[in-house]
Amino acid sequence: MFHLRLLVEYFKQYMKTRMSYRGDFLVQFISNFFHQGLNLVFILVVFQHTPSLKGWSQAEVIFIYGYFLIPWAIFSSFLNLWSFNDRYIIKGELDRVLTRPVHSLVQVIMETMAPESLIGVLTGGIVMGVAGWHLDLDWTWYDPLLFVVFTLGGVLIYAGIFIALTSISLYTDSKSDIQPIMFNISNYGRYPTNIYHKIIQFTLTWILPFAFVGFYPASYLLDHGEWKIYALLTPVVGAAYLAFGIFCWNRGIKHYRGAGN
Amino acid sequence: MLKMYLEVIRIRFLMMLAYRVNYYSGIVIYSINIGVYYFLWMSIYGDKPSLQGLTAVQMATYIAVSWMARAFYFNNLDREIAQEIRDGTVAIQLIRPYHYLIVKAFQGLGEGVFRLLLFSVPGMLVVSLVFPLDLPGLSWDWLKFACSLFLGFIINVEVNLLTGVLAFFILNNEGMIWAKRMIVDLLSGLTIPISFFPGWAQAVLSYLPFQAISYLPSMVLVKGLSGDAFWHALSVQAAWCVLLAIPVQLIWLRARKTLIVQGG
Repeated sequence: MFHLRLLVEYFKQYMKTRMSYRGDFLVQFISNFFHQGLNLVFILVVFQHTPSLKGWSQAEVIFIYGYFLIPWAIFSSFLNLWSFNDRYIIKGELDRVLTRPVHSLVQVIMETMAPESLIGVLTGGIVMGVAGWHLDLDWTWYDPLLFVVFTLGGVLIYAGIFIALTSISLYTDSKSDIQPIMFNISNYGRYPTNIYHKIIQFTLTWILPFAFVGFYPASYLLDHGEWKIYALLTPVVGAAYLAFGIFCWNRGIKHYRGAGN
Repeated sequence: MLKMYLEVIRIRFLMMLAYRVNYYSGIVIYSINIGVYYFLWMSIYGDKPSLQGLTAVQMATYIAVSWMARAFYFNNLDREIAQEIRDGTVAIQLIRPYHYLIVKAFQGLGEGVFRLLLFSVPGMLVVSLVFPLDLPGLSWDWLKFACSLFLGFIINVEVNLLTGVLAFFILNNEGMIWAKRMIVDLLSGLTIPISFFPGWAQAVLSYLPFQAISYLPSMVLVKGLSGDAFWHALSVQAAWCVLLAIPVQLIWLRARKTLIVQGG
């Protein structure tokens, strides 16, 4: 409850700072929209030359893409850790965070959140909805529930991986470029995993489980039974990775010594 | 005069060299991107031997070449200019005895040469070991590609200068810079060769400068364009180089007058 109230307060402050540059805010909104649009153009153009992508129709691939956008949008609204190293380690803001009586990770999350990214949920929902409508899917009463569980699982996977990577900064103040690398790998999750080489499929399932943030759950919602077990594992994988991320963070915080004077 | 600009290239090159470790991750990122597009396109080809005049192997080569070419022509000049305008340092640049934009362009070149040597060349070797590619051996095709790639670089620099200078008018143009980058990646043929677009879109794209950045140079190498086809590609690129210089200069002249240094 306390954390929720804190979140609301942080959110209010955030909106105030953002609204002082309204034009900028709007432009960011539009460019976000635009970005998803361009990715759709890619899928549309590509399907002019093939009826199916290793057994997936155009509408199905678009559905998967739409689904993929939703966990990502939620994740990037609340965990905006891209500039953590600069802001918290090199500029030393982490010292301030550590003196306060709230868990350091919670504070960092609230200070860096960017709720405008939630627009991606809407975009993803629309993309998924339109594709799903074309596909004439058979949704049962528990499918929407599963959808929510899958989405949360996906968010937790992202959170776990990126928190673990951010923890590296707690050990060294030199910049590492692992985050952008990971971001690029995560894009593999937005296409059907069976188009990739076996080794990549294995990696995306068990090592860097980005197949769980897009493809596996979406394929379940598309009534493709082959990956059902994987889809149902999504929340488990999410919980495991989040636990790993938090573990790394806590260890890192214990080790943290500050960047200098 | 030229000596000064050469010095600009050299300094930028050395600056990049000081932070060269950052570029190893770049190679990894580009290889990851090449990988995802490789698998996507190969499953689009399925058992079709060729699509839109490109065989599957040529397509794989196209993906690798166009990404490694991007390492050369890509730069953040737009962001740098916008940054200098926002923090006011551009005022100092303006009183120096050189053309600010040309210096920027040469800095971009220094960066490009650095990435070409330390990023594209090793990256290409790595990629050609992993994926089956069909690159020409030691032949004139490479020289033709180099010419075409250089013109593509100039066009991309001009597009970046245009976007950057617009920060004089729209003080925070971060969103526009983002949008521009995505448009260039899509419409330059980096992710989809222009010949794969529907007919009407190809017609539109042929009147835009973006295809001259990536599609034309890559095709010169992948298809080994020769004779008329090659000269046509090159002249289209040259025309854009000249055409784009006009709005860059015009906007620049106007922009200097409207400069407001925030808090400067």
